[in-house]
Amino acid sequence: MTKEAIFTPVGKAAAELASPKQNGKKETSLFEKAVDLPEPTTATPAKLGLKKGQLLEMFESMVLQRRFEERAMQMYQKGKFGGFLHLYIGQEAVSTGTTAALKDDDDIITAYRDHGWGLVRGVSAREGMAELFGKATGCSKGKGGSMHFANVEEHYWGGYGIVGGHIPLGGGLAFANKYKDLDRVTTCFMGDGAVDQGALHETMNMAQLWKLPIMFIVENNGYAMGTATRRHSTGELWERALGYGMKHRVVNGMDVLSVYEAMKEMAADVRKDSMPWFVEIRTYRYRGHSMSDPQKYRDKDEMEEFQSLDPIERLKTVLLDKKMATQKAIDTIYEKVEEEVMDAIEFADNSPFPEESALYEDMFSEPNPVFHK
Amino acid sequence: MAIKVEMPKLSDTMEEGVLAKWNIKEGDTVSAGDIIADVETDKATMEMEVFDSGTVLKLLVDEGDTIPLGGLVAVIGEPGEDISGLVSGGASAGASGATGAESGGESSASEAVSETANEGEAPDSAREAANEAATPDPASESFDPIFGGLGSGTTESSDAQSTTASASSVNGRVKASPLAKKVAAEKGVDLQSLQGSGPNGRVVIADVEKALAGGTTSPAAPAAQASTVSAPTSAPEPAPSPQPAAPVARPSSGSEKVKVSQMRKVIARRLSESKFTNPHFYVSVDVDMANVVAARGQLNQVSPVKISFNDIILKASALSLKKHPWVNGSWNETEMTIHHDVHIAFAVAVDEGLLTPVITHTDQKSLMEISAESKELAGLARDKKLQPQQMEGSTFTISNLGMFGIDEFTAIINPPNAAILAVGGIRDEAVVKDGAIVPGKRLKLTLSSDHRIVDGAKAAEYLNELKHMLENPLAMML
Amino acid sequence: MAELQFREALRQAIDEEMARDENVFIMGEEVSEYNGAYKVTEGLLETYGFKRVIDTPIAELGFAGIGVGAAMNGLRPIIEFMTFNFAVLAADQIINHASKAKYMLGGQVSVPIVFRGPNASAGQLGATHSVAYESMYAHFPGIKVINPSEPGDAKGLLKSAIRDNDTVLFMESEQMYGLKGDVNEDPEHLIPIGKAAVKREGSDVTLVTHGKIYHTVVKAANELAKDGIEAEIVDLRSVKPLDMDTVIASIKKTHRCVVVDEAHPFAGTAAEVGYLLQRDAFDELDAPVVRVTLPDVSAPFSKSLFDAWFPSVKDVVDGAKQVLYKS
Repeated sequence: MTKEAIFTPVGKAAAELASPKQNGKKETSLFEKAVDLPEPTTATPAKLGLKKGQLLEMFESMVLQRRFEERAMQMYQKGKFGGFLHLYIGQEAVSTGTTAALKDDDDIITAYRDHGWGLVRGVSAREGMAELFGKATGCSKGKGGSMHFANVEEHYWGGYGIVGGHIPLGGGLAFANKYKDLDRVTTCFMGDGAVDQGALHETMNMAQLWKLPIMFIVENNGYAMGTATRRHSTGELWERALGYGMKHRVVNGMDVLSVYEAMKEMAADVRKDSMPWFVEIRTYRYRGHSMSDPQKYRDKDEMEEFQSLDPIERLKTVLLDKKMATQKAIDTIYEKVEEEVMDAIEFADNSPFPEESALYEDMFSEPNPVFHK
Repeated sequence: MAIKVEMPKLSDTMEEGVLAKWNIKEGDTVSAGDIIADVETDKATMEMEVFDSGTVLKLLVDEGDTIPLGGLVAVIGEPGEDISGLVSGGASAGASGATGAESGGESSASEAVSETANEGEAPDSAREAANEAATPDPASESFDPIFGGLGSGTTESSDAQSTTASASSVNGRVKASPLAKKVAAEKGVDLQSLQGSGPNGRVVIADVEKALAGGTTSPAAPAAQASTVSAPTSAPEPAPSPQPAAPVARPSSGSEKVKVSQMRKVIARRLSESKFTNPHFYVSVDVDMANVVAARGQLNQVSPVKISFNDIILKASALSLKKHPWVNGSWNETEMTIHHDVHIAFAVAVDEGLLTPVITHTDQKSLMEISAESKELAGLARDKKLQPQQMEGSTFTISNLGMFGIDEFTAIINPPNAAILAVGGIRDEAVVKDGAIVPGKRLKLTLSSDHRIVDGAKAAEYLNELKHMLENPLAMML
Repeated sequence: MAELQFREALRQAIDEEMARDENVFIMGEEVSEYNGAYKVTEGLLETYGFKRVIDTPIAELGFAGIGVGAAMNGLRPIIEFMTFNFAVLAADQIINHASKAKYMLGGQVSVPIVFRGPNASAGQLGATHSVAYESMYAHFPGIKVINPSEPGDAKGLLKSAIRDNDTVLFMESEQMYGLKGDVNEDPEHLIPIGKAAVKREGSDVTLVTHGKIYHTVVKAANELAKDGIEAEIVDLRSVKPLDMDTVIASIKKTHRCVVVDEAHPFAGTAAEVGYLLQRDAFDELDAPVVRVTLPDVSAPFSKSLFDAWFPSVKDVVDGAKQVLYKS
């Protein structure tokens, strides 16, 4: 299929666009696969320096992110809270592999698909669920909701709601680290949709020019909302780096070991050179863009194909094969996580909503700010 | 443990969903994450997912059923588990759809959903109940609406509220700048007496200052002022503002400040409220009084007390009210009251203003009784000896300015009455009778009605009834 | 006290604050080697070096956002826009990020940043270089907006802005940079944000204004004095917080108000002042509040049209006479 088809579908694509149901089942994509996964790393956990305890922690973290969101979706469907709910399910290897590879004071900033990032960086299941419920005990005191999980103390600067809008903030975090001569790497995550925003390009230019210690990392999950990557962005995403002479890499995001390996190497490089990276981590989102997405833009075959590569199942297989865990131990982790999530729901349910006085708090730093009335 | 499967919220705005298609049947095994049904929401057809694993014990709704958010649609659990506690009523909930949320209410989650669903209603009805409780029933009001607390020491609260009364609000709108209004009120300058020098005749501070300095502004016109001051209930409708005339240099006679009495404050407040809250409208009728004049002459030859025209109008009004009960009503926002008793108040001019004593059960009293009672009440009013209870409970009011030489006027309704009758003087007028011009006796009656309760046709019917009764006074004896 | 140009007063404020706190830095187009498009930052590169006086590409969205991120991470950036007309490209960073980050993260971050540069018109610069943005930004919670008219106020307020722990927009004018005035040289002399100043006392009419057009208002007051009308001038200095206490105190004296605002009329600062006066000083007014603003028309280029577009001394005098019922 030719790229021109993006604007004026020709041939088969045009026919299918005109009457997608006529030929029975739609092809997985009008063009190509949602994302082409690069080969996963061949390095063993031992070679990567990962010990059994770390791997079990990573596994538990991924299960927690998954189960937290599944129950969050259920709570949303029960009407426990409203607003947006963008699920990260399928992408857990990215957050998990990254945080395992980074130092604790390396900075992370991301967009609105941010629950997983919160859970791997200091937001407890309780604080996260309470934030979804809009409760005072939430990580952002119920003022942010699903899109604005944060734990700044642990260098997780939060999720942001304007596509691409947080990318310059990431540049600024790195700028401040360099200005203050702090040995910190900033990782600025974004979705594939953000690659098309001018904010990325302005920031990449300055980052390369000013040698900022930052990694711009695209979590390419195949779709910007409902538009396939190949229908919204020309060429390969990683090619954006070429125009800025920026170091770049493509990573298999369905394999937590691959993410870990790549992030470990690149973070070390940033620390050594203070030069930015542009990284495309290819992954897949199992769920719709948000709760009201009927997902007509993709079909079950594609979903099943990626689900067969599920990052949690993959790590579980490693753990069992390498005899690092028994099935019983795995089951125990699932049970523990289930308890943790159900406890988080109970906590969120029982937590108070913010006092009305909180409405005027956190707008300004000063103790008695003036509000226009 | 059996787990309830409920209608999920599948879009931000969804309130109910149609279970379009079941992918499972009873006895099937499901795992968390399985798509068990298709649901049509307000936006799209969405997949319904199950969040727990187990055996499908019961499907409670049929394909095509509409289920509210949180409504129970299925139960999963261990095979053979007793779920009668969960589904009793649940099946009917599924079938009827509409009651699903309530019958699913045994689980805390469903309760939460139905709470959400009812959010719009429950507090509202609670508020309504509170409003009802807080709103006084006019029939049970123990005070006269105009002079309620007079003499009983309870007017303090109304004092506080009465400070906004001003010449401009009671006597019609005067265009004045806010500052001019404030200073005029403070210094006791009557804005109506000033000619505004601002745009469109607006009274500005310079005009007020000029007046205070004894400038060219003329003081309030005494005659016109006197009538409005002495009888605001029957105050004529605001005359058009005096047209700015070419200023003529005349020596000023100055002005004086008069302290506002308690009675004036109450009059100002109550009548402002009435005039600005009740949508007044007016209907007038001209009555041939020849028969009444003749009848009164005959009556007074036999009656030990002198019967006045006013007594006859009171009686006729009362009898007419019995036939037109809406005019004898009260508006109270949430409900309207029709009073089955007729208690007519009548306005009595006194030095400081006016009072409205009440003749209770006016319709049941004879002209002699009405005459005696009205004379006594008027005397007590003038001597300031009227007791509060003698001014309470009116259902209708009559104001008569006939004795002041007024032909016709409109009056402000005395709350919570629905109407007030303004009675002019009997005029000697040439009338055409049987083709010949003969001397006649005519009377103009004007009814002010609260349009919220009395419509134009009702007012007209009442007034025609009254006209008929006065033109045929013998009817009163029936 | 020293007599300094507006630009010198700003430079002194920046210089003193950079010397005081090494987390303060200045960034923007042409601020470093070029010494500033309007020479506000002249000489700062020599003192503080490339690390703290930073030339940026022409990428307002990018460098404004880098400033916001740096502020979140402990620095105190001063972001210079060559004009606020270009800051529209960075509006997402100012409106969606700088002003909201603290609130939406439940207070976990602060954004101590100053965005500064010239605002509003500066002669025949055409439609896209002549817009006054102060009321637009003042609309958004979480932003303070300063728009001084004189060098002394500019210095004291810019120092307060740099020391403020939240987002401040500081608006200047190309046409005022050369303006001279008395400036307090005490490095600890700060003028509080959100406090208006009575710049001329009078009892007949209050003229409320801010920014460059203040100087038109001064001329109008002098004209009015010739007719025996003594105008009181309230210079708001800060548009937000808006110091209505000072305005109302003056209205209680004069009972008449003309708001002179070098911005378009719809929902501008003049509209806001007028609303607040009718709400809070209704009984003090002897005439409806009059506003003198730009028309609801983009800036024209032609000199004749520009002069018709920009509020004149006569417009202000006429406004004053209108509220005095002397027109």
